[in-house]
Amino acid sequence: MVSELPWNSKTGTLKRELAEGMMDPSSRQALEAAVRLAGSAGSDGVTITALSMGPPMAEEVLYQALSLGADRGVLLTDRRMAGADTYLTSFVLAAYIRKYAPDTDLVLCGSQTSDSETAQVGPQLACELDIPAIGWASDIRLSGRTVTVCRHVDDFMETLEMDLPGLITVDQGAFSPAYATLGGVQEAFDTTDAVRILDAAALGLDDGFNALKDSPTRIIDVYSPTTEKENRILKGAAKTVVDQLFKDYGKVISSAMGKDLKTK
Amino acid sequence: MEKQNTQETLRDIWVLGDYRNYFQSRVTLQILARARALAKGTGGRVCALVFGHGVDEYAREYIAHGADLVYVMDDPRLADYSVQTYSHLLTCLAADHQPEILLIGATRFGQEIAPRTAKALKTGLTADCIDLEIDDKDRLVQIAPSFGGNLIAKIITPAARPQMATVRPGTFQERPHDDLAKGQIIRLEVPEDLPEERVRCIRSAYKPAKAQGIEKADIVITGGRGMGSKRKFKKLFDLARVMNAEVGATRPVVYADWISHDALVGQAGKHIRPKVLFSFGISGAIQHTAAVTDADFIVAVNKNPNATMMKMADVAIVADANQVCSGIIRAIKEKIRD
Ligand SMILES: Cc1cc2nc3c(=O)[nH]c(=O)nc-3n(C[C@H](O)[C@H](O)[C@H](O)COP(=O)(O)OP(=O)(O)OC[C@H]3O[C@@H](n4cnc5c(N)ncnc54)[C@H](O)[C@@H]3O)c2cc1C
Ligand SMILES: Nc1ncnc2c1ncn2[C@@H]1O[C@H](COP(=O)(O)O)[C@@H](O)[C@H]1O
Repeated sequence: MVSELPWNSKTGTLKRELAEGMMDPSSRQALEAAVRLAGSAGSDGVTITALSMGPPMAEEVLYQALSLGADRGVLLTDRRMAGADTYLTSFVLAAYIRKYAPDTDLVLCGSQTSDSETAQVGPQLACELDIPAIGWASDIRLSGRTVTVCRHVDDFMETLEMDLPGLITVDQGAFSPAYATLGGVQEAFDTTDAVRILDAAALGLDDGFNALKDSPTRIIDVYSPTTEKENRILKGAAKTVVDQLFKDYGKVISSAMGKDLKTK
Repeated sequence: MEKQNTQETLRDIWVLGDYRNYFQSRVTLQILARARALAKGTGGRVCALVFGHGVDEYAREYIAHGADLVYVMDDPRLADYSVQTYSHLLTCLAADHQPEILLIGATRFGQEIAPRTAKALKTGLTADCIDLEIDDKDRLVQIAPSFGGNLIAKIITPAARPQMATVRPGTFQERPHDDLAKGQIIRLEVPEDLPEERVRCIRSAYKPAKAQGIEKADIVITGGRGMGSKRKFKKLFDLARVMNAEVGATRPVVYADWISHDALVGQAGKHIRPKVLFSFGISGAIQHTAAVTDADFIVAVNKNPNATMMKMADVAIVADANQVCSGIIRAIKEKIRD
């Protein structure tokens, strides 16, 4: 049995901001789920592949995945993959799985808490592969070729079942990850050849393929949010500003509290 | 499924009716309100879609909240929410009737059904729009946070149809219930040959997440990384107690485990609309602020007067968050009359 882990490799603010590491937290939990499943009874001989579509620097993230329990890493990287929206991202990931790992039993994705937080790549990948999918898993159990998933969605507690092959996205917080020690990462770097790098041609995508051009959505404008609120600035010692606050805005606060405040 | 006159349907705006958690989530009604406004620009009708069994009351409800037309597929086989079956039906319907726009609430269900439907229809989908507009070329402009949230992107779907977007609950304000609103209910036949269900539901029980006052609270106190530490953050709970308020937090705070994930305010968390919002030590990244713009009155406390949160506040207090928090607790205790 082989497990594939689509790996979110998008670099950017979020990863740097997270003090613990550079990995996208949702994908990291998906890896943790894979590792636990591989370690559960009756799962001998499972191979976990960490799969990422991203820029060349995402290779580092795949080494980190190796140190966290993946058996191998695959980086899909190509200029022509840049600018993919979720429609194209899921298309490229599926192209790899179809060509190089058609026997994949289970695909695990993060749910939505990745950098872009669309929660779209997992479901769309399942459509591409034409396999059943369950989102927001908080518990996953494997018995033979049947997988049982518990999840809490829209105020419903559900237990769902499907036969493999299938795709699961794991809920934020459900699979708290093990942490990589620096030594582990170093060790992973020493295992050569564990990360494979493939471009668009290697996936069999035709010459005209261009993710940016082929994506059905297009960004037409990007701007920073501004606000037009007139704002009052209070400065000074804490006592002074608090007094000022209640003097001028005590009414607003007390009416929201539904209580009467002395004005004095 | 009967074919409609395409000339007529081409401009229609569709809204998926998501009623399962009706009393907790009003997102369908909120989107209907926005769709109504958009329809002024497109000249099309606002249509809601309802899949299920015994769902007439929802169809009527959607008309009372702004739908011109409701397509209903009512069948015992549709009694349980199914991502696979509903998205199959939605895909077939959309392919037949060719709506111009398809909007779906970003409930968990909506977040599963929307990407599948978009994929099957070979069209684009923008997640979690904070606004929707129609431009001068009659295209849907999907406005959503991007690039780590420091920026907002305007996204279009130039060629593929329908133009699809999901919208977080709480983003738009629903229209008041109008019993006199006129609308048409069209019952569509459910095909005999539904695809075999590949995900089997073993158990499903209504179990609301523990009381989440924050979305309904009149006063919300939010704290960010600027509170400094878990211990200092606790002071916000004291303030909440004297004010009868709820406490919310930014993502770094939740990740640092100063408070549970339930308290997350922002795109990944709750959308709030309190009468008064106190914001302590929060910079104001768009993923956070997108969910607080409906606060009637904002008091922000930050050492940095240039923080975005300070710019959007009614009152911006340039000071140490901890000291101001303690000061307010003291002031309230003095002033309160029971
Ligand atoms: C896909 C995605 C989704 C996200 N979703 C969310 C979300 O739902 N909700 C959310 O909140 N964030 C979300 N984020 C994170 C968001 O981008 C910001 O990183 C986060 O909101 C910043 O939190 P903060 O303001 O607490 O921290 P910082 O940005 O670090 O700000 C701390 C502030 O405290 C001030 N400060 C420091 N010391 C003091 C002091 N003693 N007194 C007063 N002020 C002080 C500083 O001047 C600064 O302005 C998301 C990010 C991504 C990429
Ligand atoms: N470029 C990518 N490469 C591999 N996996 C991805 C990529 N983008 C998204 N995913 C997967 O899809 C999940 C959800 O991402 P998103 O749809 O962007 O919210 C992530 O947690 C990943 O598991």
